[in-house]
Amino acid sequence: MKKRKLEENIFKGLMIVSLLLVFAALAGIILVVAVKGLSSLNLSMIIETPKGGYYLGKEGGIANAIVGSLYLMAGATISAFIISLPAALALQKEYLSRRFADFTRLILDILWGTPSIVYGAFGFVIMVFLGMRASLLGGIVVLTLLIIPIMIRAMDEAIRLVPFELKEMAYALGTTRAETTLAVVLKQSLPGIFTAVILAFGRGIGDAASILFTAGYTDEIPTSLLDPVASLPLAVFFQIGTPVPEVQARAYAAALILLFIVMLINIIARLLGWRFAKNIVR
Amino acid sequence: MSNSLKKRKAKDIIAAVFARSFLIFIIFLALLIIFGLFLKARPILSIVSLPELLFSSSWHPMKNEFGLFPFIIGTIEVTLLAMIIALPICMLTSIYLSEYAKRRFREISRFFIDILAGIPSVVYGLCGILVVVPFVEFTGELIGIQTTGYSLLAGGIVLAVMVIPFIVSISMEVLRMVPEPYRESALALGATRWETVKYVILKKARSGLIAATVLGFARAFGETMAVLMVVGNVAQVPKSVFDAAYPLPALIANNYGEVMSIPLYDAALMSAALILMLIVTIFSLTAHYALLKLGKTI
Repeated sequence: MKKRKLEENIFKGLMIVSLLLVFAALAGIILVVAVKGLSSLNLSMIIETPKGGYYLGKEGGIANAIVGSLYLMAGATISAFIISLPAALALQKEYLSRRFADFTRLILDILWGTPSIVYGAFGFVIMVFLGMRASLLGGIVVLTLLIIPIMIRAMDEAIRLVPFELKEMAYALGTTRAETTLAVVLKQSLPGIFTAVILAFGRGIGDAASILFTAGYTDEIPTSLLDPVASLPLAVFFQIGTPVPEVQARAYAAALILLFIVMLINIIARLLGWRFAKNIVR
Repeated sequence: MSNSLKKRKAKDIIAAVFARSFLIFIIFLALLIIFGLFLKARPILSIVSLPELLFSSSWHPMKNEFGLFPFIIGTIEVTLLAMIIALPICMLTSIYLSEYAKRRFREISRFFIDILAGIPSVVYGLCGILVVVPFVEFTGELIGIQTTGYSLLAGGIVLAVMVIPFIVSISMEVLRMVPEPYRESALALGATRWETVKYVILKKARSGLIAATVLGFARAFGETMAVLMVVGNVAQVPKSVFDAAYPLPALIANNYGEVMSIPLYDAALMSAALILMLIVTIFSLTAHYALLKLGKTI
């Protein structure tokens, strides 16, 4: 008995240590980025674009990267939403045979697991094929492809939670599939769909590997879809790689801004998810 | 009346066709990625044979020597190292949160773990440069090994921290799928909590936990930026964990800008991307079927 108790306590201790390690990692990352970033963060970092000699440590900011990231993700989120919502709704069992739906979910799993660098390389191949240069449009297309599987999977999960009895009631009243989907399914799964969009946005805005060759990098704020565009993750990546300490300090500030946006988005998504969930029939 | 019914039916069918066509687009996309990469990678086989491409260590694009072996080994080693570090922590954490913690604590923890999972990879890389690389350099000095800190070990540690939240959140969900009566009957027979976990829960959830591990492995395998920033990027087969390595994703990311000047360089990089894609696909398939199996046994 004593030995069993001992084993129990040893493992429980190990578990608590592991849990603390995980939390310490999170706290450590936030702390390191906040401390390093705050010391170099100021207003001109946020509202100015790089000026002459910026990469040698002179004046300027990363407004080009902040605005660029928002442009990229606004475009990618909207276009991914337009594709994902009908696709996720079509995964309902009224529309597809069970086997075909399972097969599609398998494909989605594969796309979901595909590394972002592969999307980047693929996007680049397509752009070369079409004769396009690195541009806002290229970045948006690749990011769209990257977040579609994330969005559809999350939407599919929300839609599958709608009780079938609820749909049956609508069908019993003589509605068609499309009408039921619009009036019942969409309404019931709206919070989940919303969360899916926000989470996909959060995943996309932090991704660097996919836009490395497709979006390019520039000191200007793009004025057309065919201009190259800067982005926050690449601002972090390029600036940390320079030998000038002042520029490296700006990488910390860029990382802090990026981390802040991503964490804010995640928190909003959860809170909204909890809030909305109260008005849903389960 | 029947006219409007016809209209509604027509609308329904149009909507169905419309929605289904988006799904077909998704399937088409997956095929297009593999096919596109394959087409672009194929020219490389005209100058090097497949075994040479996979198992030769000489990487001199200028001399038309494209051996991916150091990069493949680099990827596998850095991923394995990350999994060795991450797995025990992941399993213990998810067992604690699923089996020991109160519901409220579990929800709050899940929230923090989701936040950790959402942190962009460049931020992980940055923290790696600031914290892990100096730590590895210091450790190397302590045990008398010359190292810059930019090494296999640094890559493994950063990658481990990245995949932990990912694996934990899947494992936790898998463990929660084990029905309550299993726990209750084990406890009623006088088993301790840990014995319940060891003899009942882990057995029941095994295929799900394997799936979580495999998905984590796949995620780590393709991770680019964070690893690229701390792993050193020297095209060699590393001899110890303190040596620099050069994984496949880093190879692609670092060299894509200048591919145009050397013939077939881009084909070599595309074959690297294709290898990544195929391996990750195999992992995804394994995990997918493991999870299906879990759904059936529970």
